[in-house]
Parts: sequence; structure tokens; C-alpha cells
Amino acid sequence: MNHDKLTQLVRQSTRDVFGTMLGIELLDADAYIQDSAPGPSEGVMALIGLAGQWAGSGTFSCSAASARQIAGQLLMQPYEAIDEEVLDAIGEVTNMVLGNVKTSLEEELGPMGLSIPTVIYGRNFTTRSVAKSRWSVVPFVCMGERVEVHLCLAPSKEAGGLTRLAKDQLSAVLSILD
Amino acid sequence: MALDVMIVDDSAAIRKILHRVLVQADVPLGAVHEAGDGKEALEKLKSASVGLILSDINMPNMDGLELLSALKGQEQTRDVPVIMVTTEGSSSRVMEAVNLGAAGYVRKPFTADQIKEKLAGLI
Repeated sequence: MNHDKLTQLVRQSTRDVFGTMLGIELLDADAYIQDSAPGPSEGVMALIGLAGQWAGSGTFSCSAASARQIAGQLLMQPYEAIDEEVLDAIGEVTNMVLGNVKTSLEEELGPMGLSIPTVIYGRNFTTRSVAKSRWSVVPFVCMGERVEVHLCLAPSKEAGGLTRLAKDQLSAVLSILD
Repeated sequence: MALDVMIVDDSAAIRKILHRVLVQADVPLGAVHEAGDGKEALEKLKSASVGLILSDINMPNMDGLELLSALKGQEQTRDVPVIMVTTEGSSSRVMEAVNLGAAGYVRKPFTADQIKEKLAGLI
């Protein structure tokens, strides 16, 4: 599974979710490969794990302002601050984006499981992946602001289940909030 | 006669959206109950009788397929139509849901019209 194919699947799924559920047309920015997963250091980030013969993680990240706008579009009401509803909305958007990527990947890579999203919000946080795999970073411009989908996928050494995946995912994220 | 509905999804955002779609749909809507997972849904269904259930699949504690199986195994809920509304789109998952007795399957992301179409086919 190469970067170009992952980029294509992520773009297709993200555009579909934003277009159908939020009425937002996304603009593509240049996708690239990153050896680590530093991601943003502030804003909102949702993480989801994928498990099967191939396993990995995916994230959706955006600024706090974008998160409020995205939640506002999804739920048809304004949000002045990041609250539970905004975080839930970003988690669900991530679930739909990566869930549809997963469904497309399954045609080639076999059945995969998807974890429940974990959503992080704050400032001065860092993320770190235990896995050594490279990440495909697929950015978009959403209502004038940058949002990113990161996806890391590699053949699984053992066809582990969601339990192992969830453990990896938790240990993979180090969140240091103000 | 008013139709009471149960919406089962771990996302409050999706529950809110589906509730709004139900209100907009051309159905005589009664009470709308909500649950965050299959376990909570079964608990609430002990005291609430509904004519339709919309359920996600990928949820904590008890997923949508386990819920569907449990519903079909209980006399009081066996005949209640269950529409799965989920990101799970692989043919094996769809078949699993159909074999367990799902009355419909809508993939996320969905449009309001897709949900309304499924409702119209059932009611």
C-alpha cells in the first residue's frame, strides 16, 4: 500500500464526508510523507486505530477555530468555544473519514477493525508513534484554514485484534497539556 | 399512530443529526429515545416500546451487531425493524447485518434523503 494510493483514498473519503455531511468543499494541498508523527502542537486532534493483516493509525487535526466551524456545519448551530459537542463532532468526522478509507482498503488488504476515536484538545501537546512506519500526510484547505489527515499503515507482524491496537494507540500518544 | 424511535450511536452528534432527520421526515413521530451503545439501548428498551431502531455498528460495550442479535432473540423486540447507520461498509459486515435481520443499511456519510428513503420503505 503506497503513499499515492493512500493519498487518493484519504482525499476521496474526506471530500465525500465534508461534502455530504457538512456541505463544505475542501481544497487539496500537497500531500507528503513524514517519517515521524509530530502533527500539530495545538488545536484538536482525533486518533483512530486500524487493525488486521495490516495495522496502523490515522488522525484528523485542525485548529480550534476550524473545529468549531466544522462542528457548527455538522450540527447546524454556532459554537463559541470548544466543548463536548465540538469534540464529539470532530471524533465522528474522523470516524467517518477513516472508516470509509478502511472500507476501501479492505478490498485489497482484507478485513480490518476500527477503534473508537480518541479526541485531544489543548495547547503545547506532542504526539509520538511507537511504530517506525512512515506517515502519509494529506492536508486540505477547509474554509480558509488548513486541516490534515495523517495515516500510517504497515503489514501487521501478528494479526492482532483491537485490544492490542487500542493499547498501542494509547501508548503512542503522549499528550502534554498546559 | 405515532412512531416511537430509538437512536443508538456513541456519537451525540450523530444522534442529534438523526433526530433532526426524523423530525423533518414525513412520519408521525412519537417519542425519540437515545442510547450511546447496545447495552444502554437494551436497558432502555426494557421500559420503552419502540417501532423503529436506528443503530450504529462500531460502539463500545456492545456493538450494533451484538445489539441486533439480542433484539432478534427477544420476543418483545424481535419484530422491530432495525436500520444500521454506520461507517462499516464492507460487504461482509453488510451481509452479517442482513443475516442477523437488519431491515436496512445506510452508510455514513449519509444524506437526510437516504434516511428518509429507508424510513419510507418501512413505514
